[in-house]
Amino acid sequence: MAFAYFPHTEDDIKQMLDKIGVGSLRDLYSDVPEDVIYDKEYDLPSALSEEEVRRYFSNVASMNMQKICLCGLGAYDHYSPSVIPYITSRSEFLTAYTPYQPEVSQGTLRYIFEYQSMITELTGMDCTNASMYDGATAAAEAMMMAMASTKKKTRVLISEGLLPQVVEVVKTYAKYNGVQLTSVPCVDGQTSYGALVAELAAGDVAGVLVPGINKYGIIEDHTGFADAVHAQKGLFMIYSDPSSLAVIRTPGEWGADVVCGDSQSLGVPLCFGGPYVGFLACRKEHVRKLPGRIVGATKDVDGKRAYVLTLQAREQHIRREKATSNICSNQSLMALYVTVYLSLMGPKGLREVNQLSYGAAHYLHDSLLATGLFEEVSDKPFLKEFTLRALVPVEQLQKEMLDAGFFGAVEVEPGLVNFCATEKISEQDVCQLVGVLKNVNWQIK
Amino acid sequence: MKYYDKLIFDLSKEGRQGYSLPSRKWNAVLADLPAGLVRGEEPALPQVSELDAVRHYTNLSQMNFGVDSGFYPLGSCTMKYNPKINEEIAAHPGFAGVHPLQPDATVQGALWVYEQLAKSLSEITGMAEFTLNPFAGAHGELTGLMIIRQYHMARGDEKRTRIIVPDSAHGTNPASAAVCGLEIVQVKSKENGLVDVEDLKPLLDDTIAGIMMTNPNTLGLFEKDIKEIAALVHECGGLLYYDGANMNPLVGMVRPGDMGFDVLHLNLHKTFSTPHGGGGPGAGPVGVAAHLAPYLPVPKVVRGEDGLLHMVGADGEACGRVSGFMGNFGVLLRAFTYILMLGNENVKMVGPLAVLGANYIKESLKDCFELPIDSVCKHEFVFDGLKDKSTEVTTLDVAKRLLDYGFHAPTIYFPLLFHQAIMIEPTETESKETLDGFIEIMKHIAAEAIEDPESLKTAPHTTPVRRLDETTAARQPILKYKDII
Repeated sequence: MAFAYFPHTEDDIKQMLDKIGVGSLRDLYSDVPEDVIYDKEYDLPSALSEEEVRRYFSNVASMNMQKICLCGLGAYDHYSPSVIPYITSRSEFLTAYTPYQPEVSQGTLRYIFEYQSMITELTGMDCTNASMYDGATAAAEAMMMAMASTKKKTRVLISEGLLPQVVEVVKTYAKYNGVQLTSVPCVDGQTSYGALVAELAAGDVAGVLVPGINKYGIIEDHTGFADAVHAQKGLFMIYSDPSSLAVIRTPGEWGADVVCGDSQSLGVPLCFGGPYVGFLACRKEHVRKLPGRIVGATKDVDGKRAYVLTLQAREQHIRREKATSNICSNQSLMALYVTVYLSLMGPKGLREVNQLSYGAAHYLHDSLLATGLFEEVSDKPFLKEFTLRALVPVEQLQKEMLDAGFFGAVEVEPGLVNFCATEKISEQDVCQLVGVLKNVNWQIK
Repeated sequence: MKYYDKLIFDLSKEGRQGYSLPSRKWNAVLADLPAGLVRGEEPALPQVSELDAVRHYTNLSQMNFGVDSGFYPLGSCTMKYNPKINEEIAAHPGFAGVHPLQPDATVQGALWVYEQLAKSLSEITGMAEFTLNPFAGAHGELTGLMIIRQYHMARGDEKRTRIIVPDSAHGTNPASAAVCGLEIVQVKSKENGLVDVEDLKPLLDDTIAGIMMTNPNTLGLFEKDIKEIAALVHECGGLLYYDGANMNPLVGMVRPGDMGFDVLHLNLHKTFSTPHGGGGPGAGPVGVAAHLAPYLPVPKVVRGEDGLLHMVGADGEACGRVSGFMGNFGVLLRAFTYILMLGNENVKMVGPLAVLGANYIKESLKDCFELPIDSVCKHEFVFDGLKDKSTEVTTLDVAKRLLDYGFHAPTIYFPLLFHQAIMIEPTETESKETLDGFIEIMKHIAAEAIEDPESLKTAPHTTPVRRLDETTAARQPILKYKDII
């Protein structure tokens, strides 16, 4: 029965059973009623060797297609430096658990502290936690933070401009948590200030969540939003792509109280949607309502600088049923991806990433429009992704793109398609795509 | 471990860089953006060379203790060995490079992994169907409770808003229930550590949505009355939720579905060998009995009439969407690799060998440490501090002293049923020699507690930092670099 992950020899088992005073491994289950013991064979495949496993997954992986990626909408194909997987696969980081014993966990605690420093720097907030699962669940937690910060208010407003998957997750949490949600529409491609003010007038709004860059790719102008929300004593909350915050106006500058989003754009592989890493940051007056782990600096008995999980009175294992969040394990290792990424890129690198993406996206935008197959839906500013109205059938468009070697044109709303270009996209890529699209025999829409 | 005191910010120098990007000249430049939409000041991120960063994070890693560093008997966390082939497969560019919004036909490999892992988990747990979308154990709990609520609501049974949770439950259980809008009703444990069926009976009425149970429970004891409990809860119209945090000892021996559970979550980062990553990412798949399958969250993975696997969104019956995309796919891939390596031949040994190790340590140490409930345990057990109570040496002191001897500490001060709880879980991947080494040191520490208590009260002595001032950390929080400088 030798197996690489079981170290026991038959003699070991016998000696251990003798010490316990039972005759067989089966006797260790004497407390389990006979009728729940599973005596049958499992319908599982036979054990594979490592070489067989490699071949198996090589075959399975070949069932996924790889093309040039022009998809965005919450997952971005940015460059990720070679250093990142090298560091994140160090087993001292990889195989540790939550740093409950700080004396032997200073590595994890230190990088989380650095991560917190970087996220607050990007967002313009005072504090953040050690990470959330993903952007969508971070948005749901932001909603619950708004509710927890007030006893009298019953409603949270969310913009229709948020990514569809984020809206759906927030709605799911709201439904069971008992939060009343109201959608604020987009007018001219951006969250409507007028509609927001009208909803706020009821005086029952605990918080408002809007996107920094919305599902159309438009960089939203939040002039007046914070004042309007604060006048009704609600929390103003922004869902952001943190990569963009190196260059666009920060939630801090817009007067936000809470910021959430997904840091996948900061060095995390696409990996079919996860693991990614949500973030949740806020102004210091709200820190005690912030869910999840938080790391703080302190000293040890010898006066050495050291780091530790802190403000734990907020957390589920202390508050139990009085908790306003149940998060326990989060995405710590993915926060390390982000920390190493931001260390390597620095302010200049992150700006360059945005400049290259901006340039490529605008070139793609103009080149696609020039084919006559698309129509502009908005002339508002965008960064790396944008939406066009397809004048040809979307299904055929996606298929032709696939045949040409591209993923993209994901439908945001009927007839409206998303394109995204990062620093990976070159002029040649765009010319190749446009060249193919121009020569397609399009079906009549 | 050596002490290294720098933050990456301390290494920063204007003009250094650790990246390499293509140089492309585009016509459109960021300066074209309207001034009102542009960030004022450049973010104060570090500027370091590639080697600076590599050396810094290597130094940090050397102040960390992981399963690969040594024995990590952290109770309820199942710190088993994390096979390296898992990492190799998860890093395969054919998976790591897949965008979640690619057309279904181009992600058949990823969806195959999803479908096959779900099927394997169904077989191991006896549940009919799985969603793999939840990101962690607590997220699985929340999803499972949403399914339970949705089931009752779909039947028009709106008044079932209360959930029963034993006093020995993991802290996430009541917290998840509260987030799901449920009212918590606590049921007591008996002296033998098991749920008190007599205490349970009067709680069961038509307002009960269900009961959350961990079996074996957090004391490592099998809830032997489970079938009677299941019958009682079902009779009153409630459902049984299984907290799979303690599933490891049952793998290969007992299936929660056969005990009468309707909904469960698994922690793939515990039972299915994926690394804990310093606190995530994990994965918390949720399995359900057949009658609850319609309420699983979306997107669901379904095989279509075209023979392809598809991701299916809102369908009216589902409890909703709980994740941006398809869960922590990279973690799912690792768990599926583990199951393929394990195979039908070895799966039956996981639980028994984990239970063997736990009982072996328990029997070897019960003369030195207080064993409040002396019976066969499953994957873990709980001591209530040292046997000799005259020394004033606490569980915290014992835990800190273990660090000096190169072991990670067990879980301490949980469960809350005892004041000096030490919860030990060895897992099936540790050798007898490792367990013997741990036993020897624990006995040595028990002797030190009598002969030289000061060495325990001031422990640890050999770690990069020693005991921390946690009080000041909480009273005057310093949460980022700018708070220091």
